[in-house]
Amino acid sequence: MKREVVVETRNLSMHFGGVVAVDRVNFTLRENDLHCLIGPNGAGKSTFFKCLTGQLTPTEGDVVIRDFHAAGRHPHQIAGLGVGIKTQTPNLFNGLSVDENVWLSARRWHDARRARALTTETLERLKLTDLRHSQMDQLSHGQRQWVELGMVVAAEPWLVLLDEPTAGMTHDEVVRTAELIREINQRATLIVVEHDMQFIRMIAEKVTVFHQGAILIEDTMDVVTHDQRVREVYLGHRQQ
Amino acid sequence: MRMSLENRWRIAIGIFGVLFLFLAPQVFELFTIINLTTAIALAVLALSLGLVWGYGGILCFGQVGFFGLGAYAYTIAAINFGDTTGAIFVAILVGAVAAGVLGYFMIYGRVSDVYLAVITLTFTLILYSLLRRTSGPEYKIGDALLGGFNGITSPPLNIPGDISNTLFPEDVFYVAMLVLILAYFGCIWLTRTHFGRVVVAIRENELRAELLGYDIRRYKLAVFMIGGGLAGLAGVLFANGIGRVTPDMFNLYNAALTIIWVIVGGRGTLIGPIMGSFGMFYLTFFLGTQTVINNNLVLGVILIIFVLVVPNGLVPEAGRLWRTASNRRSTSRRERKMRRRTARSTARNGDSSSEAPRET
Repeated sequence: MKREVVVETRNLSMHFGGVVAVDRVNFTLRENDLHCLIGPNGAGKSTFFKCLTGQLTPTEGDVVIRDFHAAGRHPHQIAGLGVGIKTQTPNLFNGLSVDENVWLSARRWHDARRARALTTETLERLKLTDLRHSQMDQLSHGQRQWVELGMVVAAEPWLVLLDEPTAGMTHDEVVRTAELIREINQRATLIVVEHDMQFIRMIAEKVTVFHQGAILIEDTMDVVTHDQRVREVYLGHRQQ
Repeated sequence: MRMSLENRWRIAIGIFGVLFLFLAPQVFELFTIINLTTAIALAVLALSLGLVWGYGGILCFGQVGFFGLGAYAYTIAAINFGDTTGAIFVAILVGAVAAGVLGYFMIYGRVSDVYLAVITLTFTLILYSLLRRTSGPEYKIGDALLGGFNGITSPPLNIPGDISNTLFPEDVFYVAMLVLILAYFGCIWLTRTHFGRVVVAIRENELRAELLGYDIRRYKLAVFMIGGGLAGLAGVLFANGIGRVTPDMFNLYNAALTIIWVIVGGRGTLIGPIMGSFGMFYLTFFLGTQTVINNNLVLGVILIIFVLVVPNGLVPEAGRLWRTASNRRSTSRRERKMRRRTARSTARNGDSSSEAPRET
Protein backbone atom coordinates (compact mmCIF):
# COMPACT_ATOMS: atom_id res chain seq x y z
CA MET A 1 0.00 0.00 0.00
CA LYS A 2 1.34 3.38 -0.99
CA ARG A 3 1.47 6.10 1.63
CA GLU A 4 -0.50 9.28 1.13
CA VAL A 5 1.08 12.10 -0.88
CA VAL A 6 1.41 15.10 1.43
CA VAL A 7 3.35 17.56 -0.71
CA GLU A 8 3.20 17.83 -4.44
CA THR A 9 4.54 20.44 -6.83
CA ARG A 10 3.10 20.61 -10.31
CA ASN A 11 5.24 22.19 -13.01
CA LEU A 12 6.64 24.56 -10.43
CA SER A 13 8.70 27.33 -12.06
CA MET A 14 10.36 30.41 -10.68
CA HIS A 15 11.89 33.04 -12.92
CA PHE A 16 13.88 36.06 -11.82
CA GLY A 17 13.82 38.31 -14.85
CA GLY A 18 15.46 36.17 -17.51
CA VAL A 19 16.97 33.72 -15.06
CA VAL A 20 15.11 30.46 -14.59
CA ALA A 21 15.87 29.40 -11.02
CA VAL A 22 13.35 26.57 -10.87
CA ASP A 23 12.21 24.96 -14.09
CA ARG A 24 8.94 22.97 -14.20
CA VAL A 25 9.63 20.79 -11.20
CA ASN A 26 7.25 17.94 -10.41
CA PHE A 27 7.99 16.66 -6.97
CA THR A 28 6.06 14.42 -4.62
CA LEU A 29 6.56 13.72 -0.97
CA ARG A 30 4.78 10.92 0.82
CA GLU A 31 3.82 10.69 4.43
CA ASN A 32 6.70 9.89 6.82
CA ASP A 33 9.30 10.40 4.09
CA LEU A 34 12.65 11.88 4.99
CA HIS A 35 13.58 13.51 1.76
CA CYS A 36 16.82 15.38 1.10
CA LEU A 37 17.26 17.96 -1.61
CA ILE A 38 20.84 18.38 -2.71
CA GLY A 39 22.66 20.08 -5.53
CA PRO A 40 25.54 22.44 -6.15
CA ASN A 41 25.28 26.16 -5.45
CA GLY A 42 22.77 27.86 -7.69
CA ALA A 43 20.97 24.61 -8.50
CA GLY A 44 17.70 26.17 -7.38
CA LYS A 45 17.09 24.17 -4.24
CA SER A 46 16.78 27.16 -1.96
CA THR A 47 14.47 28.92 -4.39
CA PHE A 48 12.40 25.75 -4.56
CA PHE A 49 12.34 25.70 -0.76
CA LYS A 50 11.18 29.32 -0.62
CA CYS A 51 8.34 28.51 -3.02
CA LEU A 52 7.26 25.70 -0.70
CA THR A 53 7.29 27.94 2.38
CA GLY A 54 5.52 30.89 0.80
CA GLN A 55 8.51 33.22 0.94
CA LEU A 56 8.39 33.40 -2.87
CA THR A 57 5.40 33.26 -5.19
CA PRO A 58 6.17 30.87 -8.03
CA THR A 59 5.97 32.27 -11.56
CA GLU A 60 4.10 29.20 -12.73
CA GLY A 61 2.78 25.94 -11.40
CA ASP A 62 1.35 24.99 -8.05
CA VAL A 63 2.35 23.63 -4.68
CA VAL A 64 -0.19 21.40 -2.98
CA ILE A 65 0.23 20.55 0.69
CA ARG A 66 -2.38 17.92 1.51
CA ASP A 67 -5.41 19.62 -0.08
CA PHE A 68 -4.18 23.16 0.30
CA HIS A 69 -3.04 25.07 -2.77
CA ALA A 70 -0.04 26.83 -1.32
CA ALA A 71 1.39 28.73 -4.27
CA GLY A 72 1.21 32.46 -3.66
CA ARG A 73 0.03 32.07 -0.08
CA HIS A 74 1.67 33.82 2.85
CA PRO A 75 4.23 31.99 5.00
CA HIS A 76 1.91 32.19 8.01
CA GLN A 77 -0.83 30.38 6.08
CA ILE A 78 1.55 27.57 5.17
CA ALA A 79 3.01 27.38 8.67
CA GLY A 80 -0.58 27.50 9.89
CA LEU A 81 -1.20 24.10 8.31
CA GLY A 82 1.09 22.64 10.95
CA VAL A 83 4.32 22.97 9.01
CA GLY A 84 7.57 23.63 10.84
CA ILE A 85 10.05 25.71 8.90
CA LYS A 86 13.72 26.52 9.42
CA THR A 87 15.32 28.93 7.00
CA GLN A 88 18.86 28.88 5.67
CA THR A 89 20.29 31.71 7.77
CA PRO A 90 19.12 31.49 11.37
CA ASN A 91 15.94 33.49 11.71
CA LEU A 92 15.37 34.17 15.37
CA PHE A 93 14.02 36.73 17.78
CA ASN A 94 17.42 38.16 18.61
CA GLY A 95 16.45 40.44 21.46
CA LEU A 96 14.57 37.71 23.30
CA SER A 97 15.69 34.80 25.47
CA VAL A 98 16.11 31.22 24.27
CA ASP A 99 13.14 30.24 26.39
CA GLU A 100 10.92 32.94 24.89
CA ASN A 101 11.91 31.93 21.35
CA VAL A 102 10.90 28.33 21.90
CA TRP A 103 7.79 29.25 23.89
CA LEU A 104 6.50 31.50 21.10
CA SER A 105 6.60 28.52 18.78
CA ALA A 106 4.93 26.11 21.19
CA ARG A 107 2.26 28.62 22.20
CA ARG A 108 1.13 29.04 18.58
CA TRP A 109 -0.37 25.56 18.73
CA HIS A 110 -0.98 24.78 22.37
CA ASP A 111 -2.67 26.33 25.39
CA ALA A 112 -0.56 28.11 27.99
CA ARG A 113 0.09 25.14 30.26
CA ARG A 114 0.94 22.70 27.48
CA ALA A 115 3.15 25.32 25.80
CA ARG A 116 5.15 25.79 29.01
CA ALA A 117 5.58 22.06 29.43
CA LEU A 118 6.59 21.62 25.79
CA THR A 119 9.10 24.46 26.05
CA THR A 120 10.75 22.93 29.12
CA GLU A 121 10.73 19.51 27.51
CA THR A 122 12.22 20.79 24.25
CA LEU A 123 14.97 22.73 26.02
CA GLU A 124 15.91 19.61 27.99
CA ARG A 125 15.81 17.45 24.92
CA LEU A 126 18.13 19.80 23.04
CA LYS A 127 20.33 20.33 26.12
CA LEU A 128 19.61 24.05 26.08
CA THR A 129 18.28 24.29 29.62
CA ASP A 130 21.39 26.07 30.90
CA LEU A 131 21.10 28.69 28.18
CA ARG A 132 17.39 29.27 28.56
CA HIS A 133 17.74 32.79 29.97
CA SER A 134 20.47 33.88 27.57
CA GLN A 135 19.54 36.38 24.95
CA MET A 136 19.71 34.96 21.43
CA ASP A 137 22.34 37.37 20.14
CA GLN A 138 24.82 36.19 22.76
CA LEU A 139 24.89 32.64 21.37
CA SER A 140 27.26 31.03 18.89
CA HIS A 141 26.15 30.26 15.37
CA GLY A 142 25.77 26.55 16.08
CA GLN A 143 23.72 27.21 19.21
CA ARG A 144 21.48 29.58 17.27
CA GLN A 145 20.84 26.91 14.65
CA TRP A 146 20.09 24.51 17.45
CA VAL A 147 17.55 26.86 19.05
CA GLU A 148 15.85 27.27 15.72
CA LEU A 149 15.54 23.51 15.45
CA GLY A 150 14.10 23.60 18.95
CA MET A 151 11.49 26.08 17.77
CA VAL A 152 10.51 23.68 15.01
CA VAL A 153 10.33 20.72 17.40
CA ALA A 154 8.34 22.56 20.07
CA ALA A 155 5.45 23.21 17.69
CA GLU A 156 5.07 19.46 17.06
CA PRO A 157 4.55 19.88 13.30
CA TRP A 158 3.47 17.04 11.02
CA LEU A 159 5.56 18.38 8.14
CA VAL A 160 9.04 19.81 8.64
CA LEU A 161 10.96 21.86 6.09
CA LEU A 162 14.62 22.51 6.89
CA ASP A 163 16.97 24.59 4.80
CA GLU A 164 20.61 23.75 5.57
CA PRO A 165 20.12 22.84 9.23
CA THR A 166 23.81 22.08 9.82
CA ALA A 167 25.41 25.16 8.26
CA GLY A 168 28.14 26.45 10.57
CA MET A 169 27.94 23.52 12.99
CA THR A 170 30.85 21.54 14.43
CA HIS A 171 31.10 17.82 13.67
CA ASP A 172 29.56 16.84 17.01
CA GLU A 173 26.69 19.20 16.49
CA VAL A 174 26.12 17.76 13.03
CA VAL A 175 25.93 14.24 14.47
CA ARG A 176 23.44 15.36 17.11
CA THR A 177 21.38 17.17 14.48
CA ALA A 178 21.24 13.98 12.43
CA GLU A 179 19.96 12.11 15.48
CA LEU A 180 17.38 14.78 16.14
CA ILE A 181 16.17 14.72 12.56
CA ARG A 182 15.70 10.97 12.67
CA GLU A 183 13.75 11.44 15.88
CA ILE A 184 11.52 14.06 14.29
CA ASN A 185 10.97 11.69 11.40
CA GLN A 186 9.30 9.17 13.66
CA ARG A 187 6.32 11.50 13.89
CA ALA A 188 6.68 13.85 10.96
CA THR A 189 7.45 14.04 7.27
CA LEU A 190 10.60 15.96 6.39
CA ILE A 191 12.23 17.82 3.55
CA VAL A 192 15.84 18.73 4.24
CA VAL A 193 17.84 20.95 1.89
CA GLU A 194 21.57 20.37 2.38
CA HIS A 195 24.86 20.24 0.64
CA ASP A 196 26.88 18.54 3.35
CA MET A 197 27.11 15.05 1.80
CA GLN A 198 28.35 13.43 5.00
CA PHE A 199 25.34 14.68 6.86
CA ILE A 200 22.98 13.50 4.16
CA ARG A 201 24.51 10.05 4.31
CA MET A 202 23.67 9.99 8.03
CA ILE A 203 19.99 10.72 7.57
CA ALA A 204 18.74 10.31 4.05
CA GLU A 205 16.36 7.70 2.79
CA LYS A 206 15.50 9.40 -0.42
CA VAL A 207 17.52 12.04 -2.23
CA THR A 208 16.58 14.44 -4.97
CA VAL A 209 19.42 16.08 -6.84
CA PHE A 210 18.75 19.51 -8.31
CA HIS A 211 20.72 20.80 -11.24
CA GLN A 212 20.07 24.02 -13.13
CA GLY A 213 16.63 24.40 -11.61
CA ALA A 214 15.41 20.95 -12.52
CA ILE A 215 15.42 17.52 -10.91
CA LEU A 216 18.38 15.55 -12.17
CA ILE A 217 17.75 12.30 -10.36
CA GLU A 218 15.63 11.06 -7.49
CA ASP A 219 16.63 7.86 -5.71
CA THR A 220 18.26 6.38 -2.63
CA MET A 221 21.56 7.83 -1.44
CA ASP A 222 23.50 4.79 -2.68
CA VAL A 223 22.23 5.01 -6.21
CA VAL A 224 22.66 8.77 -6.28
CA THR A 225 26.27 8.74 -5.13
CA HIS A 226 27.18 6.21 -7.78
CA ASP A 227 25.38 8.02 -10.54
CA GLN A 228 27.71 9.31 -13.25
CA ARG A 229 25.70 12.50 -13.90
CA VAL A 230 25.66 13.46 -10.23
CA ARG A 231 29.44 13.16 -10.08
CA GLU A 232 29.76 15.36 -13.14
CA VAL A 233 27.49 17.99 -11.65
CA TYR A 234 29.26 18.01 -8.32
CA LEU A 235 32.82 17.72 -9.55
CA GLY A 236 32.22 19.85 -12.60
CA HIS A 237 34.04 17.61 -15.06
CA ARG A 238 33.64 14.35 -16.89
CA GLN A 239 35.45 11.38 -15.37
CA GLN A 240 37.66 9.54 -17.82
CA MET B 1 9.34 33.07 44.69
CA ARG B 2 11.73 36.02 44.47
CA MET B 3 10.41 38.97 42.59
CA SER B 4 12.43 40.25 39.67
CA LEU B 5 14.04 43.66 39.86
CA GLU B 6 11.72 44.87 37.11
CA ASN B 7 8.61 43.90 39.03
CA ARG B 8 9.86 45.51 42.21
CA TRP B 9 10.40 48.73 40.29
CA ARG B 10 6.94 48.55 38.82
CA ILE B 11 5.36 48.12 42.21
CA ALA B 12 7.38 51.08 43.48
CA ILE B 13 6.16 53.13 40.52
CA GLY B 14 2.59 52.08 41.25
CA ILE B 15 2.86 53.08 44.90
CA PHE B 16 4.43 56.40 43.94
CA GLY B 17 1.67 56.99 41.40
CA VAL B 18 -1.10 56.34 43.93
CA LEU B 19 0.58 58.52 46.57
CA PHE B 20 0.98 61.29 44.03
CA LEU B 21 -2.67 60.90 43.06
CA PHE B 22 -3.83 61.55 46.61
CA LEU B 23 -1.19 63.99 47.82
CA ALA B 24 -0.66 66.32 44.87
CA PRO B 25 -3.97 68.23 45.27
CA GLN B 26 -3.18 68.74 48.99
CA VAL B 27 0.29 70.09 48.32
CA PHE B 28 0.12 72.02 45.08
CA GLU B 29 -1.79 75.13 44.07
CA LEU B 30 -4.69 74.93 41.66
CA PHE B 31 -2.65 76.36 38.81
CA THR B 32 -0.05 73.60 39.18
CA ILE B 33 -2.77 70.95 39.36
CA ILE B 34 -4.33 72.12 36.09
CA ASN B 35 -0.89 72.12 34.50
CA LEU B 36 -0.25 68.64 35.86
CA THR B 37 -3.48 67.39 34.29
CA THR B 38 -2.20 68.53 30.91
CA ALA B 39 1.16 66.89 31.55
CA ILE B 40 -0.59 63.66 32.50
CA ALA B 41 -2.64 63.77 29.30
CA LEU B 42 0.59 64.08 27.33
CA ALA B 43 2.09 61.22 29.36
CA VAL B 44 -0.78 58.96 28.31
CA LEU B 45 -0.14 60.02 24.71
CA ALA B 46 3.56 59.18 25.17
CA LEU B 47 2.60 55.83 26.67
CA SER B 48 0.48 55.03 23.62
CA LEU B 49 3.42 55.71 21.32
CA GLY B 50 5.70 53.77 23.67
CA LEU B 51 3.43 50.78 23.15
CA VAL B 52 3.07 51.14 19.39
CA TRP B 53 6.68 52.03 18.63
CA GLY B 54 8.64 50.56 21.52
CA TYR B 55 6.81 47.24 21.66
CA GLY B 56 5.09 46.96 18.28
CA GLY B 57 8.04 48.36 16.34
CA ILE B 58 5.71 50.65 14.37
CA LEU B 59 7.22 54.11 14.09
CA CYS B 60 4.07 56.20 14.03
CA PHE B 61 4.99 59.83 13.47
CA GLY B 62 1.37 60.89 13.66
CA GLN B 63 0.30 59.60 17.05
CA VAL B 64 -0.96 63.14 17.74
CA GLY B 65 -3.44 62.59 14.90
CA PHE B 66 -5.36 60.04 16.98
CA PHE B 67 -4.82 62.18 20.06
CA GLY B 68 -6.33 65.24 18.37
CA LEU B 69 -9.15 63.24 16.82
CA GLY B 70 -9.95 61.83 20.26
CA ALA B 71 -10.04 65.31 21.76
CA TYR B 72 -12.26 66.66 18.99
CA ALA B 73 -14.51 63.60 19.12
CA TYR B 74 -14.90 64.01 22.88
CA THR B 75 -15.70 67.70 22.62
CA ILE B 76 -18.14 67.36 19.73
CA ALA B 77 -19.86 64.34 21.28
CA ALA B 78 -20.06 65.98 24.71
CA ILE B 79 -21.63 69.13 23.25
CA ASN B 80 -24.18 67.06 21.39
CA PHE B 81 -24.91 64.48 24.08
CA GLY B 82 -24.85 66.85 27.03
CA ASP B 83 -23.39 64.03 29.14
CA THR B 84 -19.62 63.56 28.81
CA THR B 85 -19.47 59.91 29.88
CA GLY B 86 -20.50 58.53 26.49
CA ALA B 87 -18.26 61.08 24.83
CA ILE B 88 -15.19 59.49 26.46
CA PHE B 89 -15.99 56.20 24.79
CA VAL B 90 -16.67 57.94 21.48
CA ALA B 91 -13.19 59.49 21.71
CA ILE B 92 -11.52 56.13 22.38
CA LEU B 93 -13.49 54.55 19.56
CA VAL B 94 -12.67 57.32 17.09
CA GLY B 95 -8.95 57.04 17.92
CA ALA B 96 -9.00 53.27 17.50
CA VAL B 97 -11.08 53.27 14.32
CA ALA B 98 -8.96 55.99 12.70
CA ALA B 99 -5.86 53.95 13.53
CA GLY B 100 -7.64 50.87 12.23
CA VAL B 101 -8.50 52.37 8.86
CA LEU B 102 -5.13 54.05 8.34
CA GLY B 103 -3.29 51.03 9.72
CA TYR B 104 -5.20 48.60 7.54
CA PHE B 105 -3.94 50.20 4.34
CA MET B 106 -0.39 50.60 5.62
CA ILE B 107 0.05 47.26 7.34
CA TYR B 108 -1.90 45.05 4.95
CA GLY B 109 -0.28 46.96 2.08
CA ARG B 110 3.09 46.08 3.65
CA VAL B 111 4.32 49.66 3.61
CA SER B 112 7.91 49.82 4.87
CA ASP B 113 8.85 51.53 8.14
CA VAL B 114 10.03 54.82 6.70
CA TYR B 115 6.97 55.29 4.52
CA LEU B 116 4.73 54.35 7.41
CA ALA B 117 6.27 57.20 9.40
CA VAL B 118 5.79 59.59 6.48
CA ILE B 119 2.18 58.53 5.89
CA THR B 120 1.22 58.89 9.54
CA LEU B 121 2.87 62.31 9.70
CA THR B 122 1.04 63.39 6.56
CA PHE B 123 -2.19 62.11 8.07
CA THR B 124 -1.92 64.38 11.08
CA LEU B 125 -0.77 67.37 9.00
CA ILE B 126 -3.77 66.95 6.69
CA LEU B 127 -6.06 67.01 9.72
CA TYR B 128 -4.23 70.11 10.94
CA SER B 129 -4.80 72.10 7.75
CA LEU B 130 -8.29 70.73 7.32
CA LEU B 131 -9.45 71.79 10.76
CA ARG B 132 -7.84 75.20 10.45
CA ARG B 133 -10.14 75.89 7.53
CA THR B 134 -13.32 75.17 9.42
CA SER B 135 -14.07 78.65 10.71
CA GLY B 136 -17.55 79.79 9.84
CA PRO B 137 -21.06 78.84 10.81
CA GLU B 138 -21.37 76.25 8.04
CA TYR B 139 -18.76 73.96 9.65
CA LYS B 140 -20.62 72.29 12.43
CA ILE B 141 -21.35 68.79 13.61
CA GLY B 142 -24.68 68.73 15.40
CA ASP B 143 -24.56 71.64 17.82
CA ALA B 144 -20.78 71.89 17.82
CA LEU B 145 -19.17 74.61 15.72
CA LEU B 146 -15.70 73.49 14.66
CA GLY B 147 -14.36 77.01 14.97
CA GLY B 148 -11.34 76.93 12.63
CA PHE B 149 -8.02 77.70 14.24
CA ASN B 150 -9.72 78.90 17.41
CA GLY B 151 -11.05 75.42 18.00
CA ILE B 152 -13.88 74.50 20.35
CA THR B 153 -14.32 75.00 24.06
CA SER B 154 -14.47 71.56 25.67
CA PRO B 155 -17.12 70.85 28.28
CA PRO B 156 -15.55 69.58 31.50
CA LEU B 157 -16.27 66.03 32.61
CA ASN B 158 -19.39 65.47 34.62
CA ILE B 159 -20.46 62.78 37.07
CA PRO B 160 -21.92 59.99 34.91
CA GLY B 161 -25.65 60.56 34.44
CA ASP B 162 -25.68 63.94 36.19
CA ILE B 163 -25.01 66.67 33.63
CA SER B 164 -25.25 69.59 36.03
CA ASN B 165 -22.61 68.08 38.30
CA THR B 166 -19.36 68.91 36.49
CA LEU B 167 -15.98 68.07 37.93
CA PHE B 168 -13.67 70.66 39.46
CA PRO B 169 -10.10 70.89 38.18
CA GLU B 170 -8.87 68.90 41.20
CA ASP B 171 -11.32 66.13 40.40
CA VAL B 172 -10.22 66.13 36.77
CA PHE B 173 -6.67 65.70 38.05
CA TYR B 174 -7.75 62.63 40.04
CA VAL B 175 -9.40 61.17 36.96
CA ALA B 176 -6.36 61.87 34.78
CA MET B 177 -3.89 60.41 37.25
CA LEU B 178 -6.07 57.35 37.71
CA VAL B 179 -6.28 56.89 33.94
CA LEU B 180 -2.49 57.16 33.68
CA ILE B 181 -1.92 54.55 36.38
CA LEU B 182 -4.50 52.18 34.92
CA ALA B 183 -3.21 52.70 31.38
CA TYR B 184 0.36 52.04 32.50
CA PHE B 185 -0.49 48.81 34.29
CA GLY B 186 -2.89 47.86 31.51
CA CYS B 187 -0.05 48.17 29.02
CA ILE B 188 2.24 46.09 31.24
CA TRP B 189 -0.44 43.43 31.46
CA LEU B 190 -0.88 43.54 27.69
CA THR B 191 2.81 43.03 27.01
CA ARG B 192 2.75 39.90 29.18
CA THR B 193 -0.16 38.22 27.44
CA HIS B 194 0.34 35.85 24.53
CA PHE B 195 -0.75 38.67 22.24
CA GLY B 196 1.79 41.11 23.68
CA ARG B 197 4.63 38.62 23.47
CA VAL B 198 3.83 37.89 19.83
CA VAL B 199 3.81 41.64 19.14
CA VAL B 200 7.31 41.92 20.61
CA ALA B 201 8.39 38.88 18.62
CA ILE B 202 7.15 40.54 15.42
CA ARG B 203 9.22 43.62 16.28
CA GLU B 204 12.25 41.36 16.64
CA ASN B 205 11.79 39.37 13.43
CA GLU B 206 8.75 39.55 11.19
CA LEU B 207 9.69 36.64 8.96
CA ARG B 208 10.31 34.31 11.88
CA ALA B 209 6.96 35.20 13.41
CA GLU B 210 5.28 34.47 10.09
CA LEU B 211 7.10 31.17 9.76
CA LEU B 212 5.79 30.17 13.16
CA GLY B 213 2.31 30.64 11.73
CA TYR B 214 1.40 34.02 13.21
CA ASP B 215 -0.48 36.40 10.93
CA ILE B 216 1.72 39.39 11.69
CA ARG B 217 -0.54 41.89 9.97
CA ARG B 218 -3.39 41.16 12.36
CA TYR B 219 -1.18 41.57 15.39
CA LYS B 220 0.39 44.78 14.15
CA LEU B 221 -2.97 46.27 13.24
CA ALA B 222 -4.40 45.30 16.62
CA VAL B 223 -1.58 46.94 18.58
CA PHE B 224 -1.79 50.00 16.33
CA MET B 225 -5.51 50.28 17.09
CA ILE B 226 -4.97 49.87 20.82
CA GLY B 227 -2.40 52.66 20.61
CA GLY B 228 -4.86 54.81 18.65
CA GLY B 229 -7.58 54.25 21.24
CA LEU B 230 -5.22 55.13 24.08
CA ALA B 231 -4.12 58.28 22.25
CA GLY B 232 -7.81 59.15 21.86
CA LEU B 233 -8.27 58.77 25.61
CA ALA B 234 -5.24 61.02 26.16
CA GLY B 235 -7.03 63.54 23.95
CA VAL B 236 -10.01 63.52 26.33
CA LEU B 237 -7.74 64.32 29.27
CA PHE B 238 -5.97 67.03 27.31
CA ALA B 239 -9.25 68.66 26.31
CA ASN B 240 -10.15 68.69 30.00
CA GLY B 241 -6.79 70.04 31.10
CA ILE B 242 -6.68 72.88 28.59
CA GLY B 243 -10.42 73.32 28.37
CA ARG B 244 -10.30 73.68 24.61
CA VAL B 245 -9.36 71.75 21.49
CA THR B 246 -7.54 73.46 18.63
CA PRO B 247 -6.02 72.35 15.32
CA ASP B 248 -2.59 72.97 16.88
CA MET B 249 -2.91 69.60 18.59
CA PHE B 250 -2.23 68.07 15.17
CA ASN B 251 0.74 70.20 14.17
CA LEU B 252 4.26 69.17 13.25
CA TYR B 253 5.74 70.49 16.49
CA ASN B 254 3.58 68.24 18.61
CA ALA B 255 4.04 65.27 16.29
CA ALA B 256 7.82 65.59 16.64
CA LEU B 257 7.60 66.20 20.37
CA THR B 258 5.83 62.87 20.93
CA ILE B 259 8.65 61.04 19.19
CA ILE B 260 11.21 62.97 21.27
CA TRP B 261 9.53 61.99 24.55
CA VAL B 262 9.83 58.34 23.65
CA ILE B 263 13.44 58.69 22.50
CA VAL B 264 14.46 60.59 25.63
CA GLY B 265 12.60 58.29 28.02
CA GLY B 266 13.57 55.07 26.30
CA ARG B 267 12.03 52.89 23.68
CA GLY B 268 11.04 49.39 24.73
CA THR B 269 9.99 50.51 28.19
CA LEU B 270 6.63 51.86 29.27
CA ILE B 271 7.70 54.10 32.12
CA GLY B 272 10.36 55.73 29.92
CA PRO B 273 7.98 57.58 27.59
CA ILE B 274 5.91 58.70 30.59
CA MET B 275 8.98 60.12 32.32
CA GLY B 276 10.22 61.59 29.06
CA SER B 277 6.99 63.47 28.54
CA PHE B 278 6.88 64.77 32.11
CA GLY B 279 10.51 65.83 32.00
CA MET B 280 10.21 67.59 28.67
CA PHE B 281 6.91 69.19 29.63
CA TYR B 282 8.40 70.79 32.72
CA LEU B 283 11.59 71.69 30.94
CA THR B 284 9.57 73.50 28.25
CA PHE B 285 7.51 75.11 30.99
CA PHE B 286 10.64 76.29 32.80
CA LEU B 287 12.26 77.52 29.59
CA GLY B 288 9.06 79.41 28.83
CA THR B 289 9.51 81.46 31.99
CA GLN B 290 12.91 82.80 30.95
CA THR B 291 13.77 84.98 27.99
CA VAL B 292 17.52 84.48 27.70
CA ILE B 293 17.60 81.66 25.16
CA ASN B 294 15.08 80.48 22.62
CA ASN B 295 13.57 77.36 24.15
CA ASN B 296 13.25 75.45 20.86
CA LEU B 297 17.00 75.81 20.50
CA VAL B 298 17.52 74.20 23.91
CA LEU B 299 15.07 71.39 23.11
CA GLY B 300 16.86 70.74 19.83
CA VAL B 301 20.23 70.53 21.56
CA ILE B 302 18.78 68.13 24.14
CA LEU B 303 17.43 65.87 21.43
CA ILE B 304 20.78 65.80 19.62
CA ILE B 305 22.61 64.98 22.85
CA PHE B 306 20.22 62.15 23.58
CA VAL B 307 20.40 60.64 20.13
CA LEU B 308 24.22 60.77 20.20
CA VAL B 309 25.04 59.99 23.84
CA VAL B 310 22.09 58.06 25.24
CA PRO B 311 20.48 56.54 22.15
CA ASN B 312 18.57 53.97 24.20
CA GLY B 313 16.95 56.61 26.34
CA LEU B 314 17.11 57.40 30.03
CA VAL B 315 15.30 54.45 31.55
CA PRO B 316 17.13 51.61 29.72
CA GLU B 317 20.44 53.40 30.33
CA ALA B 318 19.70 53.80 34.04
CA GLY B 319 18.74 50.12 34.19
CA ARG B 320 22.02 49.15 32.56
CA LEU B 321 24.06 51.25 34.99
CA TRP B 322 22.13 49.82 37.92
CA ARG B 323 22.80 46.26 36.78
CA THR B 324 26.50 46.92 36.22
CA ALA B 325 26.78 48.54 39.62
CA SER B 326 24.92 45.76 41.44
CA ASN B 327 26.99 43.11 39.62
CA ARG B 328 30.14 44.86 40.73
CA ARG B 329 28.79 45.08 44.27
CA SER B 330 27.93 41.39 44.43
CA THR B 331 31.25 40.44 42.82
CA SER B 332 33.23 42.45 45.32
CA ARG B 333 31.17 40.97 48.14
CA ARG B 334 31.93 37.49 46.84
CA GLU B 335 35.61 38.36 46.50
CA ARG B 336 35.80 39.65 50.03
CA LYS B 337 34.17 36.47 51.29
CA MET B 338 36.62 34.36 49.31
CA ARG B 339 39.59 36.32 50.61
CA ARG B 340 38.39 35.90 54.17
CA ARG B 341 37.97 32.18 53.64
CA THR B 342 41.46 31.81 52.16
CA ALA B 343 42.91 33.83 54.99
CA ARG B 344 41.21 31.58 57.51
CA SER B 345 42.38 28.36 55.87
CA THR B 346 45.94 29.70 55.56
CA ALA B 347 45.91 30.46 59.26
CA ARG B 348 44.63 26.98 60.05
CA ASN B 349 47.19 25.19 57.90
CA GLY B 350 50.05 27.20 59.29
CA ASP B 351 53.10 27.28 57.10
CA SER B 352 52.33 24.15 55.15
CA SER B 353 50.29 25.93 52.49
CA SER B 354 53.03 28.41 51.78
CA GLU B 355 55.50 25.59 51.36
CA ALA B 356 53.32 23.47 49.17
CA PRO B 357 54.03 25.11 45.81
CA ARG B 358 57.75 24.84 46.29
CA GLU B 359 59.32 22.03 44.33
CA THR B 360 62.23 20.07 45.66
